[in-house]
Amino acid sequence: MRIPILKLGRYLLISVQVELDDQTALQFQEDLLNKIHQEGSLGVVIDLTSVDMIDSFIAKVIGDVVEMSNLMGAKVVLTGIQPAVAITLIDMGVSLQEVQTALDLEQGLERLQQELGG
Amino acid sequence: MNNQSCIEIGNEWGIVSARQAGRELSKNIGFGSVDQARITTAISELARNIYLYTEIGQIELTSVVKDNDGREGIKVVARDKGPGIENLRDVMVDGFTTSGGLGAGLPGVKRLMDEFDIESMPGEGTTITTVKWLR
Repeated sequence: MRIPILKLGRYLLISVQVELDDQTALQFQEDLLNKIHQEGSLGVVIDLTSVDMIDSFIAKVIGDVVEMSNLMGAKVVLTGIQPAVAITLIDMGVSLQEVQTALDLEQGLERLQQELGG
Repeated sequence: MNNQSCIEIGNEWGIVSARQAGRELSKNIGFGSVDQARITTAISELARNIYLYTEIGQIELTSVVKDNDGREGIKVVARDKGPGIENLRDVMVDGFTTSGGLGAGLPGVKRLMDEFDIESMPGEGTTITTVKWLR
Protein backbone atom coordinates (compact mmCIF):
# COMPACT_ATOMS: atom_id res chain seq x y z
CA MET A 1 0.00 0.00 0.00
CA ARG A 2 1.28 3.47 -0.87
CA ILE A 3 0.25 6.85 0.45
CA PRO A 4 -0.51 9.30 -2.39
CA ILE A 5 1.60 12.47 -2.48
CA LEU A 6 0.01 15.43 -4.25
CA LYS A 7 1.91 18.35 -5.76
CA LEU A 8 0.63 21.90 -5.33
CA GLY A 9 3.06 24.41 -6.85
CA ARG A 10 6.26 24.20 -4.81
CA TYR A 11 4.49 22.29 -2.05
CA LEU A 12 3.58 18.67 -1.48
CA LEU A 13 0.37 17.62 0.23
CA ILE A 14 -0.19 14.30 1.91
CA SER A 15 -3.33 13.17 3.64
CA VAL A 16 -2.80 9.88 5.43
CA GLN A 17 -6.05 7.96 5.03
CA VAL A 18 -4.92 4.40 5.61
CA GLU A 19 -4.18 2.33 8.69
CA LEU A 20 -0.44 2.84 9.06
CA ASP A 21 1.40 -0.44 9.13
CA ASP A 22 5.18 -0.45 9.43
CA GLN A 23 5.86 -1.16 5.79
CA THR A 24 3.52 1.55 4.53
CA ALA A 25 5.13 4.06 6.90
CA LEU A 26 8.65 3.23 5.76
CA GLN A 27 7.64 3.23 2.09
CA PHE A 28 6.08 6.65 2.60
CA GLN A 29 9.32 7.96 4.09
CA GLU A 30 11.20 6.95 0.97
CA ASP A 31 8.49 8.11 -1.47
CA LEU A 32 8.28 11.54 0.13
CA LEU A 33 12.02 12.17 0.02
CA ASN A 34 12.16 11.08 -3.61
CA LYS A 35 9.24 13.33 -4.49
CA ILE A 36 10.85 16.33 -2.75
CA HIS A 37 13.99 15.66 -4.77
CA GLN A 38 12.13 15.21 -8.07
CA GLU A 39 9.90 18.23 -7.75
CA GLY A 40 12.27 20.54 -5.92
CA SER A 41 9.60 21.12 -3.30
CA LEU A 42 10.09 23.79 -0.65
CA GLY A 43 7.39 22.73 1.75
CA VAL A 44 5.35 19.71 2.77
CA VAL A 45 2.10 19.39 4.68
CA ILE A 46 1.32 15.98 6.15
CA ASP A 47 -2.29 15.82 7.29
CA LEU A 48 -3.01 13.27 10.02
CA THR A 49 -6.73 14.00 10.53
CA SER A 50 -7.74 10.42 9.71
CA VAL A 51 -5.02 8.79 11.81
CA ASP A 52 -6.50 7.44 15.03
CA MET A 53 -3.36 5.96 16.56
CA ILE A 54 0.36 6.75 16.53
CA ASP A 55 2.60 4.35 18.41
CA SER A 56 6.29 4.87 19.16
CA PHE A 57 7.41 3.27 15.90
CA ILE A 58 5.16 5.38 13.70
CA ALA A 59 6.13 8.45 15.76
CA LYS A 60 9.78 7.72 15.07
CA VAL A 61 9.16 7.27 11.35
CA ILE A 62 7.28 10.58 11.20
CA GLY A 63 9.87 12.44 13.31
CA ASP A 64 12.64 11.03 11.12
CA VAL A 65 10.99 11.98 7.83
CA VAL A 66 10.54 15.54 9.07
CA GLU A 67 14.22 15.72 9.96
CA MET A 68 15.26 14.11 6.67
CA SER A 69 13.12 16.56 4.68
CA ASN A 70 14.67 19.45 6.61
CA LEU A 71 18.11 18.14 5.71
CA MET A 72 17.12 18.27 2.07
CA GLY A 73 15.86 21.83 2.49
CA ALA A 74 12.09 21.28 2.61
CA LYS A 75 10.00 22.43 5.55
CA VAL A 76 7.38 20.04 6.90
CA VAL A 77 4.24 20.91 8.82
CA LEU A 78 2.10 18.20 10.46
CA THR A 79 -1.59 19.00 10.63
CA GLY A 80 -4.80 17.59 12.06
CA ILE A 81 -3.37 15.54 14.93
CA GLN A 82 -6.44 14.23 16.78
CA PRO A 83 -6.96 15.01 20.49
CA ALA A 84 -6.76 11.31 21.40
CA VAL A 85 -3.52 10.93 19.45
CA ALA A 86 -1.95 14.00 21.09
CA ILE A 87 -2.90 12.73 24.56
CA THR A 88 -1.57 9.24 23.86
CA LEU A 89 1.74 10.52 22.48
CA ILE A 90 2.37 12.61 25.59
CA ASP A 91 1.30 9.71 27.87
CA MET A 92 3.84 7.58 26.06
CA GLY A 93 6.52 10.18 26.64
CA VAL A 94 6.99 10.74 22.92
CA SER A 95 7.54 14.40 22.16
CA LEU A 96 7.77 15.39 18.54
CA GLN A 97 9.87 18.41 19.39
CA GLU A 98 11.15 20.65 16.62
CA VAL A 99 8.26 19.47 14.49
CA GLN A 100 6.02 22.22 13.15
CA THR A 101 2.33 21.63 13.53
CA ALA A 102 -0.94 23.34 12.67
CA LEU A 103 -4.59 22.63 13.39
CA ASP A 104 -5.64 21.79 9.86
CA LEU A 105 -4.49 21.66 6.26
CA GLU A 106 -5.44 25.26 5.58
CA GLN A 107 -3.44 26.60 8.51
CA GLY A 108 -0.60 24.27 7.64
CA LEU A 109 -0.33 25.81 4.19
CA GLU A 110 -0.53 29.31 5.69
CA ARG A 111 2.29 28.42 8.06
CA LEU A 112 4.46 27.27 5.16
CA GLN A 113 3.70 30.42 3.20
CA GLN A 114 4.67 32.60 6.16
CA GLU A 115 7.88 30.69 6.77
CA LEU A 116 8.91 30.62 3.16
CA GLY A 117 7.90 34.22 2.55
CA GLY A 118 4.95 33.61 0.27
CA MET B 1 -20.68 -9.51 21.50
CA ASN B 2 -17.45 -11.33 20.93
CA ASN B 3 -15.61 -10.58 24.15
CA GLN B 4 -12.47 -12.55 23.61
CA SER B 5 -9.96 -12.85 20.83
CA CYS B 6 -6.47 -14.11 20.27
CA ILE B 7 -4.24 -12.77 17.51
CA GLU B 8 -1.10 -14.55 16.37
CA ILE B 9 1.80 -12.15 15.79
CA GLY B 10 4.03 -13.85 13.26
CA ASN B 11 4.61 -10.90 10.95
CA GLU B 12 3.99 -7.19 10.92
CA TRP B 13 0.43 -7.61 9.61
CA GLY B 14 -0.35 -9.22 12.93
CA ILE B 15 0.40 -5.87 14.58
CA VAL B 16 -2.35 -4.21 12.51
CA SER B 17 -4.82 -7.05 13.19
CA ALA B 18 -4.19 -6.90 16.94
CA ARG B 19 -4.65 -3.14 16.90
CA GLN B 20 -7.95 -3.40 15.00
CA ALA B 21 -9.28 -6.15 17.27
CA GLY B 22 -8.31 -4.05 20.30
CA ARG B 23 -10.07 -0.97 19.01
CA GLU B 24 -13.23 -2.91 18.28
CA LEU B 25 -13.35 -4.64 21.65
CA SER B 26 -12.58 -1.45 23.60
CA LYS B 27 -15.30 0.37 21.67
CA ASN B 28 -17.77 -2.44 22.44
CA ILE B 29 -16.90 -2.31 26.13
CA GLY B 30 -17.71 1.41 26.07
CA PHE B 31 -14.35 3.15 26.25
CA GLY B 32 -14.23 6.73 24.94
CA SER B 33 -12.07 7.76 22.02
CA VAL B 34 -9.06 8.77 24.12
CA ASP B 35 -8.97 5.49 26.04
CA GLN B 36 -9.54 3.59 22.79
CA ALA B 37 -6.43 5.30 21.41
CA ARG B 38 -4.49 4.49 24.61
CA ILE B 39 -5.50 0.82 24.49
CA THR B 40 -4.85 0.49 20.76
CA THR B 41 -1.44 2.11 21.12
CA ALA B 42 -0.51 -0.16 24.03
CA ILE B 43 -1.52 -3.22 21.99
CA SER B 44 0.53 -1.96 19.05
CA GLU B 45 3.63 -1.58 21.24
CA LEU B 46 3.22 -5.05 22.74
CA ALA B 47 2.60 -6.65 19.35
CA ARG B 48 5.61 -4.90 17.88
CA ASN B 49 7.84 -6.22 20.65
CA ILE B 50 6.69 -9.75 19.81
CA TYR B 51 7.35 -9.13 16.12
CA LEU B 52 10.77 -7.53 16.70
CA TYR B 53 12.24 -9.76 19.34
CA THR B 54 10.62 -13.17 18.97
CA GLU B 55 9.64 -15.62 16.25
CA ILE B 56 6.03 -15.90 17.21
CA GLY B 57 3.70 -14.96 19.97
CA GLN B 58 0.15 -13.88 20.55
CA ILE B 59 -1.97 -11.07 21.86
CA GLU B 60 -5.02 -12.13 23.85
CA LEU B 61 -7.82 -9.64 24.37
CA THR B 62 -10.56 -10.26 26.92
CA SER B 63 -13.30 -8.15 28.40
CA VAL B 64 -13.16 -8.43 32.18
CA VAL B 65 -15.15 -7.31 35.21
CA LYS B 66 -13.53 -5.97 38.36
CA ASP B 67 -14.25 -8.03 41.49
CA ASN B 68 -14.83 -5.28 44.02
CA ASP B 69 -16.92 -2.77 42.11
CA GLY B 70 -18.15 -4.53 38.95
CA ARG B 71 -16.42 -2.10 36.63
CA GLU B 72 -15.74 -3.36 33.14
CA GLY B 73 -12.38 -3.34 31.49
CA ILE B 74 -10.16 -4.85 28.86
CA LYS B 75 -7.35 -7.26 29.59
CA VAL B 76 -4.49 -7.47 27.12
CA VAL B 77 -2.03 -10.32 27.45
CA ALA B 78 1.08 -10.50 25.26
CA ARG B 79 2.65 -13.95 25.35
CA ASP B 80 5.71 -15.21 23.53
CA LYS B 81 8.21 -18.00 23.68
CA GLY B 82 11.09 -15.74 22.72
CA PRO B 83 14.48 -15.22 24.35
CA GLY B 84 13.01 -13.59 27.43
CA ILE B 85 14.23 -10.33 28.95
CA GLU B 86 17.52 -10.45 30.85
CA ASN B 87 17.14 -7.29 32.82
CA LEU B 88 13.56 -6.31 33.51
CA ARG B 89 14.63 -3.10 35.21
CA ASP B 90 16.37 -1.79 32.08
CA VAL B 91 13.43 -2.31 29.74
CA MET B 92 11.17 -0.24 31.99
CA VAL B 93 13.43 2.81 31.72
CA ASP B 94 12.36 5.51 29.27
CA GLY B 95 14.73 5.71 26.33
CA PHE B 96 16.31 2.27 26.79
CA THR B 97 16.34 0.49 23.44
CA THR B 98 18.14 -2.36 21.73
CA SER B 99 16.32 -1.90 18.42
CA GLY B 100 17.12 1.71 17.55
CA GLY B 101 13.59 2.77 18.43
CA LEU B 102 12.55 5.52 20.81
CA GLY B 103 12.72 3.28 23.88
CA ALA B 104 9.20 4.38 24.74
CA GLY B 105 7.51 0.99 24.32
CA LEU B 106 7.15 -0.79 27.65
CA PRO B 107 7.30 2.23 29.96
CA GLY B 108 4.77 3.82 27.61
CA VAL B 109 2.45 0.83 27.83
CA LYS B 110 2.63 0.97 31.62
CA ARG B 111 1.53 4.60 31.59
CA LEU B 112 -1.23 4.04 29.03
CA MET B 113 -2.84 1.15 30.95
CA ASP B 114 -4.06 0.89 34.56
CA GLU B 115 -2.44 -2.40 35.51
CA PHE B 116 0.82 -3.80 34.22
CA ASP B 117 2.61 -7.01 35.05
CA ILE B 118 5.58 -8.59 33.36
CA GLU B 119 6.96 -12.08 33.79
CA SER B 120 9.98 -13.22 31.88
CA MET B 121 12.33 -16.17 32.00
CA PRO B 122 15.50 -15.92 29.93
CA GLY B 123 15.31 -18.63 27.28
CA GLU B 124 11.66 -19.38 27.90
CA GLY B 125 9.67 -16.34 26.99
CA THR B 126 7.79 -13.36 28.26
CA THR B 127 4.22 -12.74 29.34
CA ILE B 128 2.98 -9.21 29.82
CA THR B 129 -0.48 -8.70 31.32
CA THR B 130 -2.15 -5.31 31.27
CA VAL B 131 -5.64 -4.09 32.11
CA LYS B 132 -7.49 -0.86 31.46
CA TRP B 133 -10.68 -0.15 33.44
CA LEU B 134 -13.63 1.96 32.43
CA ARG B 135 -13.73 5.16 34.43
